[in-house]
Amino acid sequence: MTRPTADSLSVLDRPNSYIGKTVPRPNLDRLLQGRGQYVSDLELPRMAHVVFLRSPHAHARIVAIDATAAKRLPGVISVVTGRELEAVITPWVGVLSHLKGLKSAPQRAIAVEQVCWQGEAVAAIVATSRAVAEDAMEHIAVDYEELEAVTDMRTALDPSTPVIHASLGDNLAFERAYHAGDVDRTFAESDAVIESEFVFGRHTGVTLEPRAVVADWNAAEARLTIYQGTQAPHMVQNIAALHLGLKESQVRVVCKDVGGSFGIKVHIYADEMATYALSKLLRRPIKFVADRVESFNTDIHARDHRCKGRIGVKQDGTITAFEIDDLTGIGPYSMYPRTSAIEANQVVNLVGGPYVAQNYRARARVVFQNKNVMCQYRAVGHPIACSVTEGLVDLAAARIGMDPVEIRRRNLIADDGYPCASPSGMKFEQLSHHASLAKLLQMMDYDALRAEQTALRLRGIHRGIGIASFIEVTNPSAAFYGVGGAKISSQDGVAVRLDAQGSVICQTSITEQGQGSESLTAQIVGSVLGVSMERVRVTLGDTDNTPYGGGTWASRGAGIGGEAALQAAKALRKNILDVAAAILQSTPAELDIAGNSIVSASDATPRIELNELARIVYFRPDTLPPGIQPELMATRHFVPRQYPFAFTNGVQASWLEIDTETGFIKLLKHWVVEDCGTIINPQLVDEQIRGGVVQGLGAALFEKCIYDERGQLTNANMADYLVPMSGEMPDIEVGHVVSPTQETELGAKGAGEAGTAGAAAAVANAVNDVLRPFGAIITEIPLTPQVILTALGRI
Amino acid sequence: MKAAAFTYARATSVVNALELLAAHGDKAKVLSGGQSLMPAMNLRLVSPDIVVDIGGLTELRGIAVSGDVLAIGALTRHVDLLRSPEVAAHAPLLRDAVAHVAHPAIRNRGTVGGSLAHADPASEIPACMAALDATIVVRGPGGERRIATAEFFRGIYETALSPQDLLVAVELPLSGEGARFFFQEYARRHGDYAIVGLAARALVGGGQFTDLRLGFFAVGDRPLLADAARKLINVSVTPALLAETAAALAEELDPEEDQQASPAMRRHLATVLMRRCVAALLERPELETGGAW
Repeated sequence: MTRPTADSLSVLDRPNSYIGKTVPRPNLDRLLQGRGQYVSDLELPRMAHVVFLRSPHAHARIVAIDATAAKRLPGVISVVTGRELEAVITPWVGVLSHLKGLKSAPQRAIAVEQVCWQGEAVAAIVATSRAVAEDAMEHIAVDYEELEAVTDMRTALDPSTPVIHASLGDNLAFERAYHAGDVDRTFAESDAVIESEFVFGRHTGVTLEPRAVVADWNAAEARLTIYQGTQAPHMVQNIAALHLGLKESQVRVVCKDVGGSFGIKVHIYADEMATYALSKLLRRPIKFVADRVESFNTDIHARDHRCKGRIGVKQDGTITAFEIDDLTGIGPYSMYPRTSAIEANQVVNLVGGPYVAQNYRARARVVFQNKNVMCQYRAVGHPIACSVTEGLVDLAAARIGMDPVEIRRRNLIADDGYPCASPSGMKFEQLSHHASLAKLLQMMDYDALRAEQTALRLRGIHRGIGIASFIEVTNPSAAFYGVGGAKISSQDGVAVRLDAQGSVICQTSITEQGQGSESLTAQIVGSVLGVSMERVRVTLGDTDNTPYGGGTWASRGAGIGGEAALQAAKALRKNILDVAAAILQSTPAELDIAGNSIVSASDATPRIELNELARIVYFRPDTLPPGIQPELMATRHFVPRQYPFAFTNGVQASWLEIDTETGFIKLLKHWVVEDCGTIINPQLVDEQIRGGVVQGLGAALFEKCIYDERGQLTNANMADYLVPMSGEMPDIEVGHVVSPTQETELGAKGAGEAGTAGAAAAVANAVNDVLRPFGAIITEIPLTPQVILTALGRI
Repeated sequence: MKAAAFTYARATSVVNALELLAAHGDKAKVLSGGQSLMPAMNLRLVSPDIVVDIGGLTELRGIAVSGDVLAIGALTRHVDLLRSPEVAAHAPLLRDAVAHVAHPAIRNRGTVGGSLAHADPASEIPACMAALDATIVVRGPGGERRIATAEFFRGIYETALSPQDLLVAVELPLSGEGARFFFQEYARRHGDYAIVGLAARALVGGGQFTDLRLGFFAVGDRPLLADAARKLINVSVTPALLAETAAALAEELDPEEDQQASPAMRRHLATVLMRRCVAALLERPELETGGAW
């Protein structure tokens, strides 16, 4: 019996493939045994600690800073102001050229003259320990002249509102208007046009490990090593070099273990820049680890939007048009280097995306305010777009008396309707809305659940079902940042080499923050090469020792870095088989690699073990035939070119109960069906989805940065800022539909945003499913008991 | 987020602790379970010169019945209340309440005395003590004092304790025949401080309350024993009476506004809790959805 040759098999279904299998993550034992290496763990000789004195005011002029007493304290090495730090670092402006009209003001590592949000650093205290630096901080006197704070995004553009940056002329950072089709005519021809304003609570990512940096300027070799928990080491390298007046070759960025990122650690923060600069200024290693209060005040916030939406619908359920007018306040600066206009831009791009309606009008305005900066956090813009779209679809369904599932069935893009484009011009290669919805309904037993809901309502138990379809941006090409001039790579590279004992070293430019980049890389390389995973060692997060690449963000690790790994492993496999053929006096086509050995392609008979092959190549090359030069290392890069983004899709459902006397919501169950194409590790994908859902549920019910009218963040601690906790979380069932992208051999799309994208929308729709018989509708999150009781008219 | 430097003294006896407190006055802080003190120090909300650690004083730890009193030492941890057969037999309200106190890690460290001395108006244990008519036992420079809960709590984080005093125990009357208890609180997440909570003790006979003590928490600056409860004693409770009582309760409360709830919401939730409490204690579910109010 003959098998097909290995090359005719897809690399994904080779014998003993790890693709599609739940295998333990290679880094698990190390992390569970406490042998992770987080930045906080790092100790270097002569290392000092920096603490930042931060503005207590949202908007103020710095009149004078007196650090004389602080400098005298034992253990204090230096107190550095923004003016003093300017000697070593230049300011930056967070704009991108493809976001036309986006403007921002120069931002400095430490404030000079003016502070623009409560929490902006005004001085750095460098000392032998964090405790000493905090002691010294209490001895610094800053004379502020408080200025009127711009806090309400709705009045930020009023002529009577102060302009935060005089040089900009007004508080408008960015505006985008878009129109496709003919919305006015379509609305006029619709049977109903429903309008609502959707309000979202500003929230943040709350990583388990706070932001942390150790910067080590080595004056002897004129080189800066930055140890940082970041998602994008090469981006950090570029930015640090640019603003410190160095060449990129003078900056090395090392990123070992990272305790969660969620987009929080994909940006460049002023205090991190200050830490790099302080190391150069003071010529010694400096460590900065944000504490929890600092994290709340300075880690980017997100999702502070008020979005008016309109939907047109016909009596037969046809959705005719969408219209939105989105307003968002981003703090005093557009964040660097990805900018704070991306979120609103994404909202414009994504609203209405799952549906066939081609009439769409959108306006988004992005305004400055004296609050902490806002920028990209997990599922950038998706939860806003999904909540608005799905909220409107449910409002339309209710108006015409149609079941929420039925209206979606009638309007979701048909599964055989691809490729196609959304009204905002987003290109879809292959989505599976209908298959996903069908699977979801089957998983939740929709009809039985509706019957149960009706029966319980008669007994005074009020439960609701909410459905939310969504699309998700993954695998971004250069269209995201590169075209706008940002030096953020959209390509990734992987180098794979066979070592002397037949083990495999793999260097990848994607990074690991807990989502399993290391595992998926090892799974792909092991599968394609035919070696067992424990022989594959993956190195990531080091600009000196990995290929150049983007890192891990925007759900790109598996789809882009994974494809580079696949192609690199294929190339190495070919090189190995060439050598094996020479050694075995065979041809590459007659050979394969399986189980760490060269085997006969025809019957899998072992021919020579990889370690033996490596021994010959490395130590007895004299025995090889003349003219053979083995290359047991191969490098490949990959970037998507055909589609700007690999869109994925999915649908979520929430089943919950409301105590209509107390306003408390109990989440009973949550379902997700998503389509991320090829699944490399089902457990990693499912847990990504669940983690994402939990962050979306946090937004739906709990999380909000509460600012007062003077721009003070009043709940900057873990007691008052409510993150979702396990006790309140429902079981989350995850199902999949698989539509691989044809743009890569791997076929993987991203899965990191899907959970967060639709969770809040599903919950909000379920809440309104409960409230509708009471004549109440809520289009605001978080859905607190106070909000529910108010809507019910009980308080 | 590092505490300012402080001196640390581990008390060797109650007398030694009292000496240290006498010497340092309000510059000293007593360290018991540390679940409120340590975060406050790390946030530099408090910066005591000296921390007097009473953790080694075994004479302050333990739960015992003597005569008609259940005595609980100040250093008794929350988890001990949860597991104690004496508490289960004589003050099951405390066991029910402790399940709502924060999370297991905190319950393993936090102490009864610490909770009472800290006097957070949203915490569970003080309201239970009010409902259970407890006596708080304090030792100070002048010797031992026994203070009724109604006199002990004076405001937010304020008690009858002077800086020289040490709370050593709390004493509860045994629950006795016919006693019924109810504990419930509304919190955004399991383990959070309550938005509104109720710890209740009742005596029920012939379908009526012969005694009813409703200890509300998170509705004011200290635990509140509701006067309105008297309306329900020795009468047949009707929906109309319950509505009248709820109105009186709402009138009686003067809750604070915070990020979780407006005063109106707290009043509303307190009345919902009261209705549910009465319905549960009288085993009359029809009273729970009081309708009109």
